[in-house]
This record gives sequence, C-alpha cells and structure tokens, in this order.
Amino acid sequence: MGSIWEYANPVKFIRTSEIVLPWVSILATVTLIAGLVWGFFFTPDDYRQGSTVKIIYLHVPSALMAINVWFMMLVTSLIWLIRRHHVSALAAKAAAPVGIIMTVIALVTGAIWGQPMWGTWWAWDPRLTSFLILFLFYLGYIALWEAIDNPDTAADLTSVLCIVGSVFAMLSRYAVNFWNQGLHQGASLSLDKEENVADVFSTPLYVCIAGFVLLFIALVFLRTRTEIHRRRTKALLARERLG
Amino acid sequence: MPDLGKYADTVLSSYIVSIILLVLLVLVSLLAARKARAELEQVEERRRG
Amino acid sequence: MIALLVRDMRLAMRAGGGFGLGLAFFLIVTVLVPFGVGPESGLLAKIAPGILWLGALLACLLSLDRIFALDWEDGSLDLLATSPLPMEGVVSVKALAHWLTTGLPLCLAAPLFGLLLSLPEAGYLWLILSLVIGTPALSVIGTFGAALTVGLKRGGLLLSLLVLPLYVPTLIFGAEVARRGAEGLDTMTPLLMLGGITCGTIALLPFASALVLRVNLR
Repeated sequence: MGSIWEYANPVKFIRTSEIVLPWVSILATVTLIAGLVWGFFFTPDDYRQGSTVKIIYLHVPSALMAINVWFMMLVTSLIWLIRRHHVSALAAKAAAPVGIIMTVIALVTGAIWGQPMWGTWWAWDPRLTSFLILFLFYLGYIALWEAIDNPDTAADLTSVLCIVGSVFAMLSRYAVNFWNQGLHQGASLSLDKEENVADVFSTPLYVCIAGFVLLFIALVFLRTRTEIHRRRTKALLARERLG
Repeated sequence: MPDLGKYADTVLSSYIVSIILLVLLVLVSLLAARKARAELEQVEERRRG
Repeated sequence: MIALLVRDMRLAMRAGGGFGLGLAFFLIVTVLVPFGVGPESGLLAKIAPGILWLGALLACLLSLDRIFALDWEDGSLDLLATSPLPMEGVVSVKALAHWLTTGLPLCLAAPLFGLLLSLPEAGYLWLILSLVIGTPALSVIGTFGAALTVGLKRGGLLLSLLVLPLYVPTLIFGAEVARRGAEGLDTMTPLLMLGGITCGTIALLPFASALVLRVNLR
C-alpha cells in the first residue's frame, strides 16, 4: 500500500473502485435492510411517543449524513484547491445529490413525525430551520456545477463556494439558535448519557447509521466513477473533433 | 407486521417516503453510471476501429 | 483605486446603471406589503422592521449582477486583472461602489418607508443603525456571488440562489436589531453580532471573491 494520494489518480481509482464497489454495495444493502427491519419490526414502542419512535431509524441517520456529506464535500474541495486531484473534485460533485436527498429525508420524516407529536408539520425551530438552510446551500452548490461548462472552472468555483458556504452555514446555525429557542429535543446520541435514547432503541439505530454511511460510500464510489467516465468521454470526443 | 397503534399512518408514510427517495437515488445513480460507461465504451471502440 | 471607485459610481449613476432602480423596487415592495397583509396598523407596526430589512435585502440583490457584468462585456475586467492593483483591491472597491450606490440610499430611504408601515417611533434609530452596519456585508457577500457567476449567460437567477442563503445570518441579526429596537428591548447582542459579521465579511470575503474572479478570467 502506497500513500493515499495514489487513489487520486483516476485510472487507479477506477481500478480500485471496480473491486471495492460490489462489496461495499452488498454490505450497505445488508446493513441497511437489517437495521431498518430490526428497527421497524423488533423494537418496542416508546411510552410517550408510541410507535412514532420508529421514525428515529430514518430521521437520525439521514440528518447525520446530511451534515457529514457537506463536511466531506468541504474536505474534498479543500484537497482539490490545494493539491488539484481531479478525483477529489469529482467526488464532491458526486456526493452533493446524495447529501440533498439525505436532507430531504431528514426534513420529511421530521415533518411527518412532528405532525402528531408537536401538532404541526413545520415549526421555525432552530434545528429545522438550519436544515432548510442547508438544503438551500446544497441547491446552490448543485446549480453552480450544472451552470458551468468548463469542468476545471466549475470545480474551482464550486470548491470556493463550498468553503465560503460552510462558514456561512455555521454562522446561520448560531444566528438561528439566537433567533428562536426550539422545540426540538437534544442530541439523540452523545457521549453524555443523560439525554440519550435508551439502549433498546440505540443498538438498531447504530446499525441504521452504519447502513446509511455504507450506502453513501457506495453511491459516492459509483457516482464518482460515472463522472470520471463522462469526463473521459468528453475528452475523447474533443480529441476526435480535432482530428 | 408490528402493531403500530394509532400512529400507523405516520410511521408507515415516513418509511415509504424515505425508502422511495433512497431507491430513486440509487436507481438514478445506477442508470447514469451505466449510460456513462456505455458512451465511453462506444467512443473508445470508434477510436480503435 | 480612487479613480476606479469614481468611475464605477459614475457608471452606476448613469441611465441604465440601475441607481434609482433599487430604491424604486424597495418602495414598491413596501407599498405592496399592506395590500398583502391588510392595512391594520398594529400588525404593520409589528412586521415593519422585518419587512424593511427584507425589502432592502431584495433591492440590494437586484443590482448585484451589474457589479461585474458591464466590465466583463467590454473587456475592462481583463485590463483590471493585469493592472498593478491587486484583485482583492478591485473586488473591495467594487463592493464599496455597490454599497455607496445601493446600500447607502436604502439606509437613507428606509425611515421614510418606515412611515408608510407605521414603524414605532423608537424603531427609527435602530433601523437606520442596523441597516448602516448590515448593508455593507450584503454588498460584500453579493460581490462574491457576482464574481462566481460573472461569465454565465443566465447568471441572474443562479446569483440569487447562491447569494440568498449567504444572506441569512445578516438578515437574522439585522432584522433582530430593528425589531428589538422598535419594541424597546435590549439590542446589544444582535448589534454586536451584526457588526462582527460585517467586519468578518469585509476582511475575508474579498480574498474568496478575488480567487473566484481570477478563475473566471483564466
């Protein structure tokens, strides 16, 4: 095994992902199905929330992923700007749609859960609002990728947008906290045991989180490969036209 | 099927919506991957031939 | 640098530069709000600070695509890039010119429009203060958005999609200052936060804008 930067070579990445992708996909499918089935069929009802507690197995992992996908995009954007590895920029591009879907799942499951529990589909609670803002950031990021033809320019601009956007997303998080105190419960999983969910609920939850993470990895591998293939097709076609 | 009580709609709808979204995401990714790969192979074929 | 500022301001003042456009837009938004929510003065007074801030923000947004568009079309942006003035300086001057031609008139007009929305008397000072402190941040952030979309044909819509989420913190703290001021509450915390955001964006964002502009001119 050489340095990690070897995987920044597109050819090497394609070759490695060819081997890794099937295994990650299978593992992701198995873990996700196991976690969701466990959560849906084999967990007790909560004494206050009734059966709606089962939504946690979708809501918490997707919310976690929504934030972490953006964080991964931030890291890959930085790598692109500093070391100019194409795979890194393409991985950020590949991850964004996954992130936006995760944000949507977190928002939708939250709204459906909030309806019977809080008596409203939507409240301008800090956490909910932050997620809505995160959704807008994803939209802008994806739209910018779509709008620019030159791939390197697009990679540069979206990377800067991602970095600036991260700072403003953090700022918004605090601004929103200040602006309205919330209804949302504290962290579901934290090292501080006081406010954690009970073990019966948390073990399948960990399985679901692992499933979502694996699914994300598989999708990013797959979508990055797609982007590399597209890029190569484009380059070959351009060469053809030149004669 | 576990007894979901009076919140059956809530729980079921959130599972259905989420699973539909995830499946769509996977399908779209797979289709795009297949298309990109086919196009690349076609172009490479033409180049060799 | 000063020559550039003067030139930019003159361009903006000229017909088609959109100098009066922002103000007119701000006025129209303010006039339309009572049609939408009803003429009851109690309600208007309650939402006036927020509406005025939102109106100012949208008016600011309206003129953003002009920051670089003209210079991009006639090629003077390339000249600026090769001039001895660093790109960060160019970007800062552009933002300053935008603020002087858009932000400052909005700050001055806002109390007038406040009358229309029966803003409580205590609110005027805080409204102006929050706008004076907050609108420079809007101009600087907007310049970043304009730099991102400078070469694009249909950049206008994309520009708003990119810039509006970045405006969230400024809007929240700015409107909070104006609202608390109007209700006679303590305004210190949001005011400091607003000032912090403005200082931070003025200090750091020109580097990002300059980087992006250089990429676009490549």
